[in-house]
Amino acid sequence: MSLYVVQFLTGLANAASLFLAACGLSVIFGVTRIVNFAHGAFYMLGAYVAFSLTLRLEGVVGFWAGIFLAAIIVAAIGALLEMLLLRRIYQAPELFQLLATFGVTLMVQDIVHMIWGAQDLVGPRAPGLQGAVQVMGLPVPTYDILLIILGPLVLGALWLLMHRTRWGVLVRAATEDRDMVAALGVNQKWLFTGVFTLGIFLAAFGGALQIPRTAVNHLMDLSIIAEVFVVVVIGGLGSITGAFLAAVLIAELNAFGILVLPGISLVLMFLVMAVVLVLRPWGFLGKPVSTDAKTIGETTRPWHPWSPTMAVLVAASVLLAAALPAVLGPYGLSIGAQILIAVIFAMSLQFQMSTGGLDSFGHAAYFGLGAYGAAFAIQWFQLPMELALIVGPLAGLVGALVFGWFCVRLSGVYFAMLTLAFAQITWSIAFQWVEVTGGDNGILGVWPSEWASSPAAFYWLTLAAAVLTVLILRHLVFSPFGYRLRGVRDSSVRAESIGISRQRTQYVAFAISGTAAGLAGALFAFLKGSIFPDALAIPTSIDALVMVLLGGVATVSGSVVGAIVYTMATIWLMSETDLSRLVLGGFIVFLVVAFPQGIVGSLSSFTSGSLERWRGRREASRPVALSAEASR
Amino acid sequence: MSNAPLLEVENLSKSYGGVQAVSGVTFSLMPGEMLALIGPNGAGKSTCFNMVGGQIPSNEGRVRIFGRDVAGLSPRQIWRLGVGRTFQVAQVFKSMTVRENVEAVFASHQAGWGLLARAGKAHRAEAEAVLDLIGMADFADRPCADMAYGDVKRLELAMALANDPKLLLMDEPAAGMAPMERIELMALTARIAKERQIGVLFTEHDMDVVFAHADRIMVLNRGQLIAEGEPEAVRNDPQVRAVYLGEGLVYDQAAAAGKASVR
Repeated sequence: MSLYVVQFLTGLANAASLFLAACGLSVIFGVTRIVNFAHGAFYMLGAYVAFSLTLRLEGVVGFWAGIFLAAIIVAAIGALLEMLLLRRIYQAPELFQLLATFGVTLMVQDIVHMIWGAQDLVGPRAPGLQGAVQVMGLPVPTYDILLIILGPLVLGALWLLMHRTRWGVLVRAATEDRDMVAALGVNQKWLFTGVFTLGIFLAAFGGALQIPRTAVNHLMDLSIIAEVFVVVVIGGLGSITGAFLAAVLIAELNAFGILVLPGISLVLMFLVMAVVLVLRPWGFLGKPVSTDAKTIGETTRPWHPWSPTMAVLVAASVLLAAALPAVLGPYGLSIGAQILIAVIFAMSLQFQMSTGGLDSFGHAAYFGLGAYGAAFAIQWFQLPMELALIVGPLAGLVGALVFGWFCVRLSGVYFAMLTLAFAQITWSIAFQWVEVTGGDNGILGVWPSEWASSPAAFYWLTLAAAVLTVLILRHLVFSPFGYRLRGVRDSSVRAESIGISRQRTQYVAFAISGTAAGLAGALFAFLKGSIFPDALAIPTSIDALVMVLLGGVATVSGSVVGAIVYTMATIWLMSETDLSRLVLGGFIVFLVVAFPQGIVGSLSSFTSGSLERWRGRREASRPVALSAEASR
Repeated sequence: MSNAPLLEVENLSKSYGGVQAVSGVTFSLMPGEMLALIGPNGAGKSTCFNMVGGQIPSNEGRVRIFGRDVAGLSPRQIWRLGVGRTFQVAQVFKSMTVRENVEAVFASHQAGWGLLARAGKAHRAEAEAVLDLIGMADFADRPCADMAYGDVKRLELAMALANDPKLLLMDEPAAGMAPMERIELMALTARIAKERQIGVLFTEHDMDVVFAHADRIMVLNRGQLIAEGEPEAVRNDPQVRAVYLGEGLVYDQAAAAGKASVR
């Protein structure tokens, strides 16, 4: 019994930092409608800065001054980021905002690496709170007790801030209706900056508070962000109290899950989130969110199957690609195969995003499931490669069917966050369930069959798979199903009123996309001869997103080009610099800022700008009123 | 003409919190009939409409389409019964061409998963027949996003008709259109409705449109039907006049002085 009480208290203590980070994210989203992926990075930065400060500042006062100062310094950096970067992308689609803030996360990772080095750092214990209190005969760290008290205190302080100050009232008003607040003459710019700074302060504070408890390390950012997303989704975006309730729930689940079965806590978290979302799609205290961002359908020009000329060109390129083994050596061919696998992966995401309008932030899950599926088939069942290449996509399909069932109930930013959370859960299982997946050591010895083992043969195999995937997915875009899917994306109201079920259609698309991603993963496992949890990690999902964006979200299969360019660029980049994350992150941020409508969208609006103006004049001469009269 | 009504609405009610948006509305609609639902802003027209279309569940009362109680049916199930629908702000698929929009309607009720066929080929002839009917054959390859709003509205009507519906629900079909376009669209609708014996229920603010085409008019005010009947009778109904022109406290004096000219 006493063990449970102590475990409960540990859970509450864990909830404090989780709550601080989550409510910061929630408040920022409520007002600015930006899902700040970099939140985890600021949490980690808070911990690192606090580590350095508390080493230099002595005593009780010094320790706490160090913690607060760290949060303030990081918050200032956050304010700077808001003014320099986010202000430029508030109007961009939410996907771009997520990407840009992820780019920042990548850059922070390398910067942290440069300043503090690679090793884990153990910070000082809090002076005067090193000891433990006896609770029912078992010791509970005094510092935990402090955290337990701190959580509700911060919640109370935030409540006072939001309900008793003019600024707080404005924040709440902006959460309800930004346009109205702007119409009342409130300077949105500074309101947004203020809210963002507050949110970052809370995250950094949460991170700084962790230093007496755990070693400061490089994985803090991504591990907290996944939990924070889960908390925010369960609690409801924009709700502080919801974040608190959800943080306690998740922290307790983790605390007790560890007692029952060490590996099961993650599955528990997933189950609870699933149940909550089915019962309350907007979380405990959330409301449906409406964003002003344009959907893909509004900016997309009509798609057409390839013209005969285009088909000939494509066939010629495929033949050219098939002839490459004549000139390339083994290294070149293995890069070629890697690019072709990236093509399959990118196309699978593009089908879901461009045709389906579903912005997935966790596509790595299905890639990784395909890879692990193939590896299991080889390692456990001694199946030949040919069958493993079927098992892999099937694993992707099953994963997509399970996760997709929940995901397609949501849309927009909730959908993106949920896909990310599922991908992170899959990653954690691969990482932690060492007996089955080999954990960090991965699964080795995933080699192709005899006939496909030469570099050229395997290259041709991937080429065939890539061509087939592109052709099939392109065919689907123009099939009756593809019409339905695009219809749902363009106008779900119209789609429902001509007999199309949004959820069912998107579910099928999600499953198809997951299967194709699984194929890419399976081929990837055979290319490398091994598979590691990295394949399931967030950066893999981001790779796919960037490839699609490079190729053009508004195209049917532009990601093929995107995948080729991006894969070659990153391989070259890795060989040229040690700071690949800094460069890649900077590149992503640049992409988003320079082309806020996506590359293809930006290019076409740039070139057709004058045309639109001319057309506008012509239309203006016809008496057409565009706005509908209100009648409700 | 058959005598069974297409649509029977009985005692339909809906409240939002304490606000009674629609209360006790009862009416029916016959094949080939154009029935207008009018009323001032906030009268409950759209709520009423969306309850018939399945977008909003009702609190009370019954909606029967072709004799079948449609309580609990989703919009797409109601569509399958043979009900076409247009919206106040036109809802079409903007990324597609005009023809593709109509083809999408056929793609939606094609049996099976629809993964194998090519929609552009499979449904081309059917789609063009519908576009011919609505007079848009020349626009078939135009991207929807490039069209004038009046044409978008027309396309929406084409999509609603593609299913060969027996009942058409039109929420403010003329809203946002130029005067000439309004008249053309409603004349077209009326012609098709008569030819195919489609029952049309529509709401509208433009009285020219209403009185030119409605066979029967219902007036809704504060959630309740205050008048129903032939256009001429409704036009002369004192309660309707009061709702639309105010209680007349000001006008009465003017009328007494013989200066007012109420149309």
